[in-house]
Amino acid sequence: MNAFISGAFDTAVGELPGSSCMGLHAQAAMGAVDDAGLQLSDIDGVLCAYSFTQPHLMLGSVFCEYLGIHPGFCAAVQAGGASAATMVMQAAALVASGQCRHVLVVTGDNRLTGMSRDGAVAALSEVGHPEFERPFGISVPASYALVAQRYMHEYGVSSEQLAAIAVEHRRHAGRHPKAHKRDPITVDQVLASRIIASPLHMLDCCLISDGGAALVISSRAAAADTRGKPVEILGAGQGHTHEHIVAAPSLTDFGCKASSRAAFERAGVKATDIDVAEIYDSFTITLAVELESIGFFQRGEAGAAAALGELGLGGRLPCNTHGGLMSYGHSGAAGGMFHAVEAVHQLRGRAEARQVKDARLAFVHGDGGILSAHCSLVLGVN
Amino acid sequence: MHRPLPDPAADSRPFWDGCAVNELRYQRCAHCGQTQLIPRALCAACQHDPLQWHTSRGLGRILSFTVVHRAPTPAFKEEVPYVIAIVDMEEGFRLMVNVKDGACKALSIGQPVRIGYRAVDGVTLPQAEVVE
Repeated sequence: MNAFISGAFDTAVGELPGSSCMGLHAQAAMGAVDDAGLQLSDIDGVLCAYSFTQPHLMLGSVFCEYLGIHPGFCAAVQAGGASAATMVMQAAALVASGQCRHVLVVTGDNRLTGMSRDGAVAALSEVGHPEFERPFGISVPASYALVAQRYMHEYGVSSEQLAAIAVEHRRHAGRHPKAHKRDPITVDQVLASRIIASPLHMLDCCLISDGGAALVISSRAAAADTRGKPVEILGAGQGHTHEHIVAAPSLTDFGCKASSRAAFERAGVKATDIDVAEIYDSFTITLAVELESIGFFQRGEAGAAAALGELGLGGRLPCNTHGGLMSYGHSGAAGGMFHAVEAVHQLRGRAEARQVKDARLAFVHGDGGILSAHCSLVLGVN
Repeated sequence: MHRPLPDPAADSRPFWDGCAVNELRYQRCAHCGQTQLIPRALCAACQHDPLQWHTSRGLGRILSFTVVHRAPTPAFKEEVPYVIAIVDMEEGFRLMVNVKDGACKALSIGQPVRIGYRAVDGVTLPQAEVVE
């Protein structure tokens, strides 16, 4: 695609008292620019996402004002959990088309300390349809629970199998010194955690964290000016089927199928070629649906595969090696960006205790809404 | 914090006016025959606009359901645990509703339900009632 990730950085994650949304953005941005070996003045494009603690109609402009930069291109992308991957896809188009040389994509939010947990849950529930969902008490977990109930029914998936996915994420996070939750958990603990919306338990759900993450995306020519090993954006694709779960054409088939197919085709690779996957895991069911729709596992088999360690380090498909949204951290749009940053760490061989041996090809996926908006990326190094 | 209630707009007013007289109304496209629950100015299947309002018989089956234990806002705290279901209506459209006394029942996917009504803060909302 003539687009490379030349810089990557994530801030501390978890409970960060004294942090602010824009402060996290700035820290992530400066880290990514420094990682690329660039000066801030080299950045000629900026993409931001959205914030709960500092919401604004024009978050991109708010960020540039905060940091004191005046890029030639600036916009904000709002696609929920698909925002990070979508920003990378959009930045790739900007540099590949010659409109920019180095685009900074930056996300961050202090959702944990900047608002109450109830406030975060309530704000998320506003994605429900105002007339045909919210009057009935819908929430994001309840929406995913509706998917889970149907998916488990159709494909014979058990709660124990979904729990195994959460357990493996915590094992991954245990190898990451920055992860928000590192204490190991068991399947029994997941099943004993309180029910949020049946069949989903508390430990089937992602965290609420503070944190920020950023990347620098550069054209091939511009990447030659950067310091580290550039990671090529080999393919990208999107899939969109609905926004509200009541309007979804299916409760088992979603846009991840189309988005991953497009990304694989553009990259000229197959699912079986992927060395490491970093896939949006807002809930255990989210990851199960995505892994199976994308073609990494047969229908109904992702949970069972997780129980056998196939998503672990050394498994068939090491997945969410940082611990994902369930254990590493989830800070709004930065949650999805953590997946992308981890893929860069893996491909550059600097994932330390989490390193997947000889990782050359990574798959990154974001899901926004209720499995509504999907964006897939294939990243690689020579 | 108040419970979120529908604020009918031009597209959706016939639906909520129907609920007020205990009628479940839905749109059918006169061009392609597709039904849709969320009212629109055009058909989401073929983008033509000769939409007609019909009244449902109110019978359907549960496509999926969840028992909610964690309320999204304080307005729902008194109601937990409550059931949200997506119901496939026999006319071909799909709606989301609460299931009356759902948390006390052994619900299952495919369960037949009938749409009834309940008044909440002066607004009539549809709800599913289990067909015994």
